[in-house]
This record gives sequence, structure tokens and C-alpha cells, in this order.
Amino acid sequence: MMRLPTFAYNAPADAAEITRILHEEGPAAQVVAGGTDLFPNMKRRQVEPETVVSLYRATALRGIEWDTDGSLRIGPTETLRALERDARLKEDFPALHAAIVSISTPLLRSTGTLGGNLCLDTRCQYLNQNYEWRRAINHCLKCTGDTCWTAPGGTKCWAVNSSDSVPVMIAMGAKLVLQSTEGEREVDAEDFYDIEDGRDWLKKRPDELLTGIRIPKQNGSRSTYMKLRRRDAFDFPVLGVAATLETDGDVITEAKIVLNSVGPAPVRCTEAEQSLIGKKLTDEAIEEAKDLSRKGAKPLDNTDYLPNYRKKMVPVFVKRALLSLR
Amino acid sequence: MGDYRIIGRKQTKVDGLAKSLGATKYADDLFLPRMLHVKLLRADVAHARVVSIDVSAAAAMPGVHATLVGSELPEKFGILPVSQDEHTLCPDTVRFVGDPVAAVAAVDEDTAFEAIQAIRVEYEPLPAVFDPAVAMRNDVPALHDYGDDGNVHKRVSMEFGDVDGALAGADLVLDDTVFFQGNTHLAMEQHATLANPEPDGRLTVWSSTQTPHYLHKAMSKVLGLKPARIRIIACPNGGGFGGKSDPFNHELAVAALALKTGRPCKICLTREEVFYCHRGRHPVLMNSRMGLNKDGSITGLHFQSLLDGGAYGSYGVASTYYTGALQTVTYRVPVYRFDGVRTFTNKPPCGPKRGHGTVQPRFALEIQMDKAAHALGLDPAAFRLANLQPPDSVTANWLKIRTMGLRKCTEKVIEASGWNDRYGKLPRGHGLGLACSSYITGAGLPIYWNRMPHSGVQLKLDRGGGVTAFCGATDIGQGSDTVLAACVAEILGIELLDVHVCVSDTTLTPVDLGSYSSRVTLMMGNAAIQAAERARDLLADAAAEKLEVPKGRLVFADNTVLDSEDPERSMSFQQAIVFAEAKFGTIGTVGSYTPPKTPGRYRGAGVGPTPTYSYSACVVELHADEDTGRVDVDRIWIAHDIGQAINHYLAIGQVEGGVYMGLGEALMEEMAYRPRRAGVHKIPSMLEYKSPTTMEMPPVETFLIEDPDPEGPFGAKEAGQGPLLPVMPAVANAVFDALGVRVDQCPITPELIVQAMENPDKRSGPKSYPDLRIEKPVRVKTAEEGGDGYEVDQVRKKKQLARERRTDEQKTTQ
Repeated sequence: MMRLPTFAYNAPADAAEITRILHEEGPAAQVVAGGTDLFPNMKRRQVEPETVVSLYRATALRGIEWDTDGSLRIGPTETLRALERDARLKEDFPALHAAIVSISTPLLRSTGTLGGNLCLDTRCQYLNQNYEWRRAINHCLKCTGDTCWTAPGGTKCWAVNSSDSVPVMIAMGAKLVLQSTEGEREVDAEDFYDIEDGRDWLKKRPDELLTGIRIPKQNGSRSTYMKLRRRDAFDFPVLGVAATLETDGDVITEAKIVLNSVGPAPVRCTEAEQSLIGKKLTDEAIEEAKDLSRKGAKPLDNTDYLPNYRKKMVPVFVKRALLSLR
Repeated sequence: MGDYRIIGRKQTKVDGLAKSLGATKYADDLFLPRMLHVKLLRADVAHARVVSIDVSAAAAMPGVHATLVGSELPEKFGILPVSQDEHTLCPDTVRFVGDPVAAVAAVDEDTAFEAIQAIRVEYEPLPAVFDPAVAMRNDVPALHDYGDDGNVHKRVSMEFGDVDGALAGADLVLDDTVFFQGNTHLAMEQHATLANPEPDGRLTVWSSTQTPHYLHKAMSKVLGLKPARIRIIACPNGGGFGGKSDPFNHELAVAALALKTGRPCKICLTREEVFYCHRGRHPVLMNSRMGLNKDGSITGLHFQSLLDGGAYGSYGVASTYYTGALQTVTYRVPVYRFDGVRTFTNKPPCGPKRGHGTVQPRFALEIQMDKAAHALGLDPAAFRLANLQPPDSVTANWLKIRTMGLRKCTEKVIEASGWNDRYGKLPRGHGLGLACSSYITGAGLPIYWNRMPHSGVQLKLDRGGGVTAFCGATDIGQGSDTVLAACVAEILGIELLDVHVCVSDTTLTPVDLGSYSSRVTLMMGNAAIQAAERARDLLADAAAEKLEVPKGRLVFADNTVLDSEDPERSMSFQQAIVFAEAKFGTIGTVGSYTPPKTPGRYRGAGVGPTPTYSYSACVVELHADEDTGRVDVDRIWIAHDIGQAINHYLAIGQVEGGVYMGLGEALMEEMAYRPRRAGVHKIPSMLEYKSPTTMEMPPVETFLIEDPDPEGPFGAKEAGQGPLLPVMPAVANAVFDALGVRVDQCPITPELIVQAMENPDKRSGPKSYPDLRIEKPVRVKTAEEGGDGYEVDQVRKKKQLARERRTDEQKTTQ
């Protein structure tokens, strides 16, 4: 069987101790919450941290809290299963709920956390393989090699952001709280992922810990999440589409369309969004937005399904997402 | 139908509770004191000469007890006598990424893992080939130094009657080129083996194998130990499906390391390594030309197949013949020609997977039947029913048909699915598809030529009333232990749990050739019946004497032996054993089974014959999304001609399991490689090799069509493989009904459906078929033409007759 490499294990009860370890050990330490992402990657020797710091005992990092203004704070180690079962979350943030229930399987959602999904390591068919397999291709840019086999001519890593919750967080304008020994800072979800390289997919320093997720009240907006994958039972997305619309009467005042899993970072379809502002959600408006959505996605041959098929599916899914918001 | 107490009823599997409770011991559950763990170092290049292997660093590591390299075991092995082309570890050439070159035995898995990383192998790269059409070219270096020519492992061509004439004279000729992608078994249990060197020099091996007998032979050959000194025990398999039917590198390496270290050695493969063992479905490119008359009859068929065999022979010669064998057993094909080629390529070797070699051509044929019906303006169901091969007949290629339940199967699914009211009439995006199929109930000939029985059963009767049934058959989840107990219990009138089964142990049990080719129920069952009848006879002799009743009036039922005319005169089954043992001494009997001879006598006639064929018909209802190409199967109706179900639960389970596996092949499963990236397997994991889950499984309505076959035990035919066959073409035909597009390729992926929607001819699939360079087919006259089953070439026929006589004489003197 595949076995874990050896590592030191720490499970401090408070976040300050965790950030202290991260500060001291730097990239040699990795935090683990549910472990559904980290441990398989370690078994494949994609990552071999010297120290694994568990967030399990840091209970302050859990919890679901509604503010009086209708905004939501979620602790990053709250399990996906607990969030999935939260009635108000399902009612107020249907797109987030749809994204969460589409992650993996019920069993793994009981272990996996929202923070873990937001920080999910990028994935690639050249990367998520056993050590022996990767040796046959002389390793890849993201893991000890010097070539990205997905696009060998270039200099960047094309591993794919495969999180379901990320595009929804961006579409909802969520903010993420990061803590380090230097203090706390808050970033927009959109900026947090604004890196076009699969090796370094989060704008987060190794000594920073994700300690909070804040989602603002959605002002009468409608939202949705749609996901392309082979099997509904469990599969990572190979295209995810999150969309939110705010309207004044019938007229769209704000629109967000975010694609994920078609490259190392999520993609805002800004032209498509702009085309909708000031319009009603008519067939014509949807067709125009759909056509404009083709541009940002650059799926390559490193996930399930052929890249040109995934590219063809972008406008199909954007159209369906918008239709569902009527 | 017989009036049975156990046969045909719903009986719980004898091993069911143990499996549910986790009490079953699979090979990887076994631990022995002082046991070492073995890991194999596998090639990371697709094709290369091994220049040197340096194991010194690994051998020097603390905890490492031994290393093993190919030159230590020069003897080759392989499942077929004609394809002995594998080494335990490659001594001089590696032929695919994953081919093992060295092994290490260490105190634990972690140490063994670290140790194999420390082995240094120097390779001299050789050109690698991944495409069978390219492999056939003369300018491509050959992987092996045997085979028909270059990388052509096997070239077959056979013609039964004048096919060119039949096609020229037809009103319509359909010419279709179809591709079936390779896929693998994906059994839940990864292969595991434990070898124990006994203090007296003998060797015991526990393994997850479907074929302990063939492993016994290979192990004896490679290790140079007499078979009598080797004991192979096949553990219960956590699924086999053909993936554990070959002797494997890891089995031999573990045994050799056990002998070398003097300690028990174990290996359990990773899932990635299971993908490298493979032996799964061959990718096959096919061309089928079918002649039709306007009245809806088939005038003749010319079928060609090009198999991508991967790096080794495995069962490939048989697989090649199977791609041409069973086209004639469902519909009447008066004249028939088959050309087939299997090539070597630098990929994991292909072999037998559920439906061995007949699945790919069935896919092509059933799509073509659908197209033919539409071309003729006929209903696809009516067209099939009008062309059925009759029962008790001989096909153009000399296969003997006995009972034939395909009419009943087809009528049943037509009725249940509401076909006549609904086909072609569902809303756009919704469709129905029909396909039919047939499969062998055990191969007519063994893998190595001999005249001995294919299956043997021994019974030992205990004074306490229990019966032990010994048989070499291996339960791979299909329920053969339960079938064995049921056949014995039925004849002796006792309960299932009164029969203790002792199976798949080359030291304790008589030979059964293995759990492959759907042979176990029929062959083991017939052997069990014979052994049980002989035991019943002995008991009846003793009981008749004691009860003073004529022997012929005795009945064995409900653990009692009684006079059928005066039921008061009776004794318990146990008493009958006691009286019999007093009269005859220790009571033990044997039974065995050898299949009937086939009428075909030509070269190549050995693949295709069977004691009897099973038949299946399947209707699939699905909806397909024309924008995304996504297909959701809504419902499946399947009818299977099983002759007689031995156990209703098991039979239904086998049919539904076949449907499930078939849906995976139909919709998503493919063995994909990256030829431009060292030829690695693209997705060797259970996450990325897509296979359906329970959520993709639609409701299945199963009908067992029971018409006992004289060759089967209690009339039973197979159910383990046949019901898979119609699923894939039924899905393809339903996609056509839903969207009006033809996907002439399997799996029928969303990409291919979208492509077909965009293509002007509303079709996706392969565009051309290469020249197989067939020089001259073997010509055989059909029975209708007055043939005798031999080749037309008289000289060859005479030689063949002489050869057969000689072989017979040799066999009788052995």
C-alpha cells in the first residue's frame, strides 16, 4: 500500500501557538485540518513537510456565526458536512450550499473543512501521481522537476485550482482573515487567488494561517453554482461556474460570473458581467453574456475530459447558470 | 423445470456472512511470524535495453534481507504455451512503464520502499511504439523475437464459404469501422501474495489468483521445483473479472525471495501496480462488412479486427480468435470470414476481461444490426428476431448451438420496456436501444492441450453426517463455493451448511482449471453431480439393505433416506453414512467433467466451442443532453438465458454486476496513455480512471429465462460474463434513438457525442481501417455447402488427421 513519509506532528490548542510554529519552521511546516487533501499528497510524496501542525484542537477556528446584518462568519476548520446541514446557509447562500454539497463524498465532507477547500492544493494529471510514476516523466515544475508537462514550452505551472467553494466566495465578495505572528490581515477572496501559477496558488505567506471567512449579506441577489465533472457521486470540478446577480426590479445592477478549474486561478468573466449591467435577463442578454464568457478560460490537457470540450462547455454552463437565475 | 429443494431457489451465499463481517481472509490479511515485505522496482521507461542493475546500495540498507534481479530467474513463463514471453523480472529488456526489473525483501514496507529507490538501473533507450497500426509496419523494431512477423504477435484469417460472392450478390452492403477502447477490471482487491518456505524445503503460496492450477505450473517451471513440492492456495478473491487469471511477476518474485531468505515474504500491490498488471480489455479497431437482402436476411459477413495487445502475449492468441468467433451464434450468417491481427505495443499487456475478446466485436455487430434495420426500414427488434440462429444447429464456422433462448430473451425485454409503443417515439433527447449477445459456458478446450478432465470434485462423507466437497475451483466473488455446496446438497438431500467446501488448494483439491471463461458452474457443477451421485449410490446400497427396500425406491431428501412408497421406512442421512461405512469402508467419491468434442476440425477451431452458449438481450432507456453530450441511463431491462439458475440470488447478482460493469465500459472507462510523455499510463488511480458508482447505476429489471440445457448441471448455463455484452451497444443504439447520432466508438463519451452532433454525417468514431496484410485465409466449407469441418486444403487436412492420431496415441501413453 502507499504509506506516509515520516514527519513530526503537533496539535496545539490555540492559534497563536500554531502561528508561532509556522513562523519558526516556515515552509517546512504544513497545517492540516481534515487531511483529505494533504495526506494523499504526502503519500504520493508530492509534499514532504518535516512538521505537520494539526488545527484539530484549536476549537476557536471552528464555528458558524451570523451577524445581525445578515453576514456570515465561518471558522475555517468547520467541516463541510456541518455547513451543508446548516438550514440558514442553504436558505441565504444557495450557491455556497450547492458548491459544498458537490465536494467529494459525504464521508469525506465529514472530515474535510471549508478552509481546506479554500486552500486546496492545485491539481494536475502530471502531479497527482505516485513517486515512481513522476520519475518516469522526470518530475514536473510543481514538484522537483523543471518542466511543466502540461505546457512544456512555458515557464509557469498549469496545475488547476480545483476548489468548488473558491469561485462562489469570489462571486459573493467574501473576505478571508489571515493571522501570523505579525498580526492579522483581511483580504478579498478575489485577490487571494489572483496568481497565475499553480505552484504558488494562494497569496498567503507560509507563516500565515487562515483563521476566518466572512461572507457579506447578499442584497437580494440570486446566486448559483454549476459544475462539470464525469460523475455526480464524486469528482473534482473540471469547470466550475459561479454566478450572482443583483437586480433593481428586473434590471441587473451588478453581475459576477466566476469560472474555476480551467486554469491555475479562478477567472472573472468581466466582459460578460459588464454586458449584463442595466439589462433585463432576456434570452438576448444571456446569449451575449454567454458568447463573451468564452475568453478567459484556457483549459489544458491535465484534467479529466479533453481541453477543447471543456472550453466548449464554458458558454454552455454560463448560459445555464444565468438561465437558472431567472 | 426440475422440482428441486435447493437448486433455483434464493439461497444465501455460504461465504456471505463472513465477507459482510470482515472475517474472510484475503491474501493481504495473512501474516506469518518473521514475514518480510516485498516491493518491485518497475521500469520508468517504455522500451529499453537493461545495461546494468546495481542493487548494492539497497542491499546494504539496514532492514533489507535480499534483493532479486532478472538474471537470477532466466526461465520464461506465460499463461499460454505458445506465448512464454515473460520473465519474473526483466533481465535484459523492459517493454513498458511499469515492467518490473528488481525486487527487494525487507523488514517492513517503508524500508522496502526506500530500498527500491536506492537501486540504480542503467537503460539504453529503444524506440517505443504505442499504436498497433504503426507497430505493424516493418520499419518498427520488434518488442519480441517471436510471433508472426515484426510486432504482429498473431495473424488469423479464416473463411467459411464464399464471402466475396455473398457480399457482391447482396442488395445492400454495410461497411462500418468501429473502435473499442481498452479498459481494465478494477477489482476492489489489489493483488497480494504470501509465500512461505517450509522447513522441509517445500513452498506454500497464498495468492489472489483465479487460476491456482496455472500458477502452480508456472511457478514450478520458473523456480525449477517439482510441482509436488509447491502448494498453491488461491485465497478468496476480492473480485477477479479476468485480472487475476495470469501468473504474475509479483507472485514469482515473492516466492523466489522466500526461498532466498528462508523467511515468509509478502507483497500487496498498490493500485497503480494493478493498472500495470492489467490483462484487461484489448483496444480493438474493427471493420465489419455485412451483406443484406431487401427481405431482411443476412447474406454474409466479413469481420476484421486489429488488437492492441500491449507488451506481452498473455491470453492474446485466444483473445484474437475470440474477436472473430461468436459473430455467428446469435444471428444466422450463412457465410463468414474473419481476419484478425494482434500487435505488441509498449503498454501494459492486455488479456481477458469479462466477455474475453467477444465484447468488442459484439459492440460493432450490434451497432451494425441497428444500422441495418434502419437501412432496410425495419424495426431493430423485429429484424433481429427474424434472423436468429436456430437451436440445435451448426454455424458457418462450425460452432454447435444447443439450446438457444435468445428469442425469449428478446421478446421479454421488448415487452417489459414497452418497445413497440415507445421506440423511435420518445421526445428528443430520450431514447431506447436494444442489443443482443451470447457467450460461452466454459471453453471447449483447455489452455494447454490435454485430454484430462477440466474439473474434478472429491467428496468425503463424515460419520457425523457432514460432507466435505474438495474442488480446485476458486471463488472470486461469483459464488462458486455456494454453487458447489448446492449441487452436492441437492443430490444428497441435505442442507447447504452440511456441505463443507474445501477449494482452490493444489495440494488438497483435485484440479479445476480456474475461474475464467464462465466455466466453473457448468464444469465443476457436473463434476460435483457425478461425485454426489456416486456417493448417493453407495449410501443407497447400504440403506436399501438395512431398510429392506429396493434401492430404486429410495429418495434422499430433508436429511433423510426414505422409501418413496412407504415414507415411514426411513433413516437419517447420517445413519445411511454409518451403514455405508460399515459396509464399504471409508466413504469417498470422485467426479469429473470433460466438455464434448466440437464439430470444427480446422486450424483455429479450438476457440469458440463450448458445452453450450448463453444468450442475453438488453434494452437501455436513457436521456442525452445535446449541448453537453452527457448521457444519463434511466433504466435497463435485461433478460438472460441461463438454462437453469442454480441460485436465484447469485444469478441476479451476476447479471446486475455485468450490467454495472458494462455501463462503466459504455460511458467512461478507458485505459489512456501519454505516448509523448514516456508512454506513461495517464490515470492509474481509482479517482482518475473513471468508473461508475452507485449513483450512476440506474434501476435494472432482470429476467432469467430458464430452459434447462442438457449439457449443464441441472440444465444451468453461465451468467458471469454474458450479461455484460449487450449493454454497451444498447447504450450506443439508444443514443441514436435519442439524438439521431451514431457514436461508433466505446466508451461513448460526452466529447464524442458533441463531436457527432457537429459532424455533417452525424457520426463520430474511427475514419479508416488499415490493411492487415492477409495473404491467404484458411478456407473451410460450411455444413450447408457439404463441408466436414476440416480445411478445404486436402494436403493440410491429411497432415492434420495424422497429427491428431499421433497426439491421441501420445496422450494415451502418458
